[in-house]
Amino acid sequence: MQEFLQQVVSGIASGGIFASLALALVLIYNAMGLVNFAQGEMAMFATFVAYALIENGMSYWIALPLALVLAFAGGVLIQRVVIRPVERAPVLTLVIVTLGLATLINGLAGFVFGYIPRSFPSPFSVQTVSVLGALISFRDLGVIAVSALVLVLIYLLLQRTTLGLAMRAAAHNPDASRLLGVRVSWMLALGWGLASAVGALSGIMVAPILLLEPNMMQTIIIYAFAAAVLGGIESPLGAVVGGLIVGITVNLAGAYLVGGDLQLAVAFLIIVAVLVIKPNGLFGRPSVRRV
Amino acid sequence: MLARVRRAPPRYWLVLVAAVLLIGLPTVVTSFQSSQWNLVLIFTIAIMGLNVLVGYSGQISLGHGAFMALGAYTTAILIARYHVNYLVTIPIAGLVTGAIGFLLGIPALRLSALYLALATFALAVVTPSLIKRPEQLTGGVQGIGLVPQEPPQFAAAAFSTVTGGTQMTSEQWLYYLSLAIAVLLFWVAWNMIRHRPGRAMRAVRDGEVAAAAFGINVAGYKTLAFGMSAFYAGVAGSLYGLATTYVSPDTFPVALSFQLLVGAVLGGLASTVGPLLGGMFVYWLPIVSSQTISDQSWIPEQISSVFVKAGPAVTYGALLILIMIFAPNGVVGLITSGYGALRKRLRGAGERGTGQMPPDPQTG
Repeated sequence: MQEFLQQVVSGIASGGIFASLALALVLIYNAMGLVNFAQGEMAMFATFVAYALIENGMSYWIALPLALVLAFAGGVLIQRVVIRPVERAPVLTLVIVTLGLATLINGLAGFVFGYIPRSFPSPFSVQTVSVLGALISFRDLGVIAVSALVLVLIYLLLQRTTLGLAMRAAAHNPDASRLLGVRVSWMLALGWGLASAVGALSGIMVAPILLLEPNMMQTIIIYAFAAAVLGGIESPLGAVVGGLIVGITVNLAGAYLVGGDLQLAVAFLIIVAVLVIKPNGLFGRPSVRRV
Repeated sequence: MLARVRRAPPRYWLVLVAAVLLIGLPTVVTSFQSSQWNLVLIFTIAIMGLNVLVGYSGQISLGHGAFMALGAYTTAILIARYHVNYLVTIPIAGLVTGAIGFLLGIPALRLSALYLALATFALAVVTPSLIKRPEQLTGGVQGIGLVPQEPPQFAAAAFSTVTGGTQMTSEQWLYYLSLAIAVLLFWVAWNMIRHRPGRAMRAVRDGEVAAAAFGINVAGYKTLAFGMSAFYAGVAGSLYGLATTYVSPDTFPVALSFQLLVGAVLGGLASTVGPLLGGMFVYWLPIVSSQTISDQSWIPEQISSVFVKAGPAVTYGALLILIMIFAPNGVVGLITSGYGALRKRLRGAGERGTGQMPPDPQTG
């Protein structure tokens, strides 16, 4: 029972990481109806930037916000330079462009930082504390706290500020928003920046657990896909709930059912099962197509 | 007769030249080079399948590397564990892969193209770890080794007659085998695209709702296209296993799926010769670039080794983005539009404005 509880808590911790990346996917999906296949690689690159900052003697708590700001700027830049020229193209074109972006960023990271896995510092110690007899590491608790904080901040930004309202309006009905004076294209760029920063956070949190190298996010992005699909790909709340469910399921399945090497297959199974049973996910609305 | 030959459109001449080159190639190059061109043909087959899916039915698969793995393992397992004749395993590999693609396609294809992309991407990432599990069957991390296939009597005899007594090697035989299969599969795809299923697929691609209103079975044709392209990838994988005589989980990384997509996009989606150009490009780029870089002795060892590893990824990524922004019809699109513009210039303004819409597979 104690071990079970331990697995659940570390599942929640990884769930928080998946939820952050899934939230990044959902933000971009809502803005332009696109799954950003480069999200994981963008997060990986931002993590490398944070690593470089820390390596050069910067304290963790200065490097972290700075890396997030840089990730935000990077996201805006990518939207302006790469995505904007194909904004109106069919979704197939957009998907291919984001894939190209993923490959490009992956190669660039290998180019600049090399392929040797590096250990990434964590501000939380791996010491454990006993809760109800289960040993829970401070790192897991820290990850849970940081994810929760970010998710709440995103929620407040989108639901309680004028900027968030403008962003949602631009995504929901670009033409009407334009008539009302919202700068739609810039709102999309902000959406990309925000998604990039949230994704970067997931990378920075997962890097101490895995090792930092260019292909680090390749598996994490699959869990995030599973989380986003499970939650309903357009629902931010769904991404969080989906992330937690995927995190706990995968952790428990890895510990008790299939073994660690097939955890990824569990995520794949979740994706396929959701597509078969409930394609709109837990919180998604059924899609309506206008003729 | 002569007049007809003279008036034949240039593409017929191109086909003739290409045929002579492709058939004659192994008789002039070394056995090793034949094996390299064999891999080009294998990539071409996989990209042909991908081209049907992406170019004509407007769906996208990021898992064709995984389908190639399935095909290769089917062949390897049948040969190594059950001693089946290798020629028989090729269609079996195609059918197994096609069936699995069909099954995966059923849930994903009822939804938008994004879901198929997502599901196949996950498949590509998961496949290597799935392959490692049933160790009895797949050999786990070790993979399965195969023996090279000897050329049959008639081919060896014909080859030595043409080349004046040179022995045909296994590599040269496999090249011809892949060439024959590539031509056959090209013929199948070409026929399908020009007839009813092809028209239906394009209708689905360009306007799903309108296509459905005309009574086209939208999900049916999408699944057909996906199953068919998985079949092509399976055959390509099977030939790949035969060509390299060794399959392991690391032979089929996620990058392979990207590579195939780059080939399809670069050659030109919905074009007929695009896959061959794409296959040549994605096969030769990493090899040529790494050779050129290592030959430059002034570049320090560390830098060149990083470049060899990261260079192709950077190039592929940049190319995908640039092509999609500036030339969505790929190299073939660039050549045909360039040729059209040149001909108009040469013939004067008389033929301008025939009222024909330019073919554009990207606008939907």
